[in-house]
Amino acid sequence: MTPQRLAELLQSRYGALVSAPTEFRGEVTVRVADAEQMPEVCAYAKKLGCDFLLDITSIDNYGEDPRWTIVYELYGLEHRCHLRLKVDVGETKSELPSVTGVWRTANWHEREIYDLMGIRFRGHPDLRRIIMWEGYPHFPLRKDFPLAGKPTDVPDVAFTNASPMEGGPFVTTPGGKDAIEREPRAKELKG
Amino acid sequence: MATSQEIQVGDPAAQADAVTAAVSAGVNRPDDEDLQDVGGDKMVLNMGPSHPATHGVLRVVLELDGEIITKATPDIGYLHRGDEKIAENMTYTQFIPYTDRLDYLAPLANNVAYALAVEKLLGIDRQLPPRCQFIRVICCELARISSHLLGVGCFAMDCGAMTVFLLTFTEREKIHNLCEALTGARFTTSYTRIGGLARDLPPGWVDQCRQFLREVVINLDEVDQLLTRNRIWVDRTKDIGVIAKADAIDFALTGPNLRGSGVDYDVRKAHPYLCYDQLKFDVPLGSMGDCYDRYLARMEEVRQSVKIVHQCLDQLPGGADNAAGEPINVSDGKTVLPPKQKVMTSMEELIHQFMLVTQGVNVPPGEVYFGAENPKGELGFYIHSRGGGTPYRLKIRAPSFVNLSILPHLLPGHLMSDAVAILGSLDFVMGECDR
Repeated sequence: MTPQRLAELLQSRYGALVSAPTEFRGEVTVRVADAEQMPEVCAYAKKLGCDFLLDITSIDNYGEDPRWTIVYELYGLEHRCHLRLKVDVGETKSELPSVTGVWRTANWHEREIYDLMGIRFRGHPDLRRIIMWEGYPHFPLRKDFPLAGKPTDVPDVAFTNASPMEGGPFVTTPGGKDAIEREPRAKELKG
Repeated sequence: MATSQEIQVGDPAAQADAVTAAVSAGVNRPDDEDLQDVGGDKMVLNMGPSHPATHGVLRVVLELDGEIITKATPDIGYLHRGDEKIAENMTYTQFIPYTDRLDYLAPLANNVAYALAVEKLLGIDRQLPPRCQFIRVICCELARISSHLLGVGCFAMDCGAMTVFLLTFTEREKIHNLCEALTGARFTTSYTRIGGLARDLPPGWVDQCRQFLREVVINLDEVDQLLTRNRIWVDRTKDIGVIAKADAIDFALTGPNLRGSGVDYDVRKAHPYLCYDQLKFDVPLGSMGDCYDRYLARMEEVRQSVKIVHQCLDQLPGGADNAAGEPINVSDGKTVLPPKQKVMTSMEELIHQFMLVTQGVNVPPGEVYFGAENPKGELGFYIHSRGGGTPYRLKIRAPSFVNLSILPHLLPGHLMSDAVAILGSLDFVMGECDR
């Protein structure tokens, strides 16, 4: 079995739903046209020996349509082949069916994507935030979320200022005291 | 009076079947029947995020029926720093120090895995000079020894065997000294560069390393004598936290946790990177998938790593002092910083230096996934590039994150005190899990 053969088998079963395989740096990628069919395609891939789901990733194609791409890294412990499945999801929908029924490891990966990117997985048994806390208002991995953070008007659940480090002991401001003098233990050492 | 007691081992395969059947029937400790039917109200117990057995900041909300866990809900994210977001805002080289802080117990191995992922995207991962490959393998295996020594030491301490922790930390201290001589830092090594290494081995390092390898096996034997046939240790770990083979695969566990369940998958063997295909080593497999097997797997992996480092030191191209001047970086001036003397005297090198420092390595558009066999499991980097000096998306497949996702399935049915042993045997690190 080779990754190309896997891609061919997927194509022969699903026809136009599955694109022709592309190869880059020895890795084979296949695009799936319809996100709604993802669990079915994955279940068939698992039957072909891809019993090991390495990872699920999401990409934010900000400013393009469709906005989201979900990337599945499949691996087979028997035939030792790696296959990548990619599927696009539109921004208005931002939802696709879960593959937790195929591999249980998908549970936390999908929760993470929901948490950081804000894409929902239908049929997921426990779709809660995993890394950020319950009630956090933003999706920080989106491209329109700034690196410094975002203010919020919910002071109970997140910082109300954009940069929580501002005024802290280790933040240097131009013209101010240097870091050694602002260090909290500096007073004790002097006094 | 007998000072030691024989341990009934029996047929491991038959035992594994019996335990697997018991687990699927919902009974993890068949011999404690009186514990099974304790009825009554359930209690919710919060374990962590600051608890010695959670090795960092893992929080597990446990629902207890008496002493038996009926439900476990892990709560992670207390150490989230947004590494993937940060990576999108800097050059590939600038992200290397952040990889130190993923699995901070094996920073050298993370450096190597990340550098290899970017090099795969550049298409130069097969062109690395042999000396660079051997030094990188030495780094990976030293990191593995260090991480497993800590894993076993903390696991034993969680179960009450304090001495082991002191022994293993004595050895780890020596690895930190080696790291310091090699990289200038004991923990945050940042040793690799895209296309090579930050610097060559310092003088005398090879001898220091050999000295360490001789000492660590002595210490390891002592740990072995303290634990492997210790009745208390065996009682605390055997048949506890059994992960069936099918579950280990379904939850995509990797590293010693997967191999403890008897699945033969090691990236170093399945898809050899660097010079692993030229080295002789064995991959230990468990038969039962319990805490004891995961402990044995780690102990044996340390011995195999010692073997690998010995081979690397013997076969090191250029020898200890590299008098022949074997390169440690790829020769491409557009990937690796040129030597300082040339920057001062030659126009072309000056331009390369300027471009690399200000804009980073120019990476072609494309996407790769590279997984390396790290001490905790398969550390994967998925890099989606649209060309230029920064990744468009960098996803870190953290082995600890995936390994912990089995907890809600694994913990129920065990006693509260077994949860501590199970967490210790899974050997996770939250810096990597939360990213």
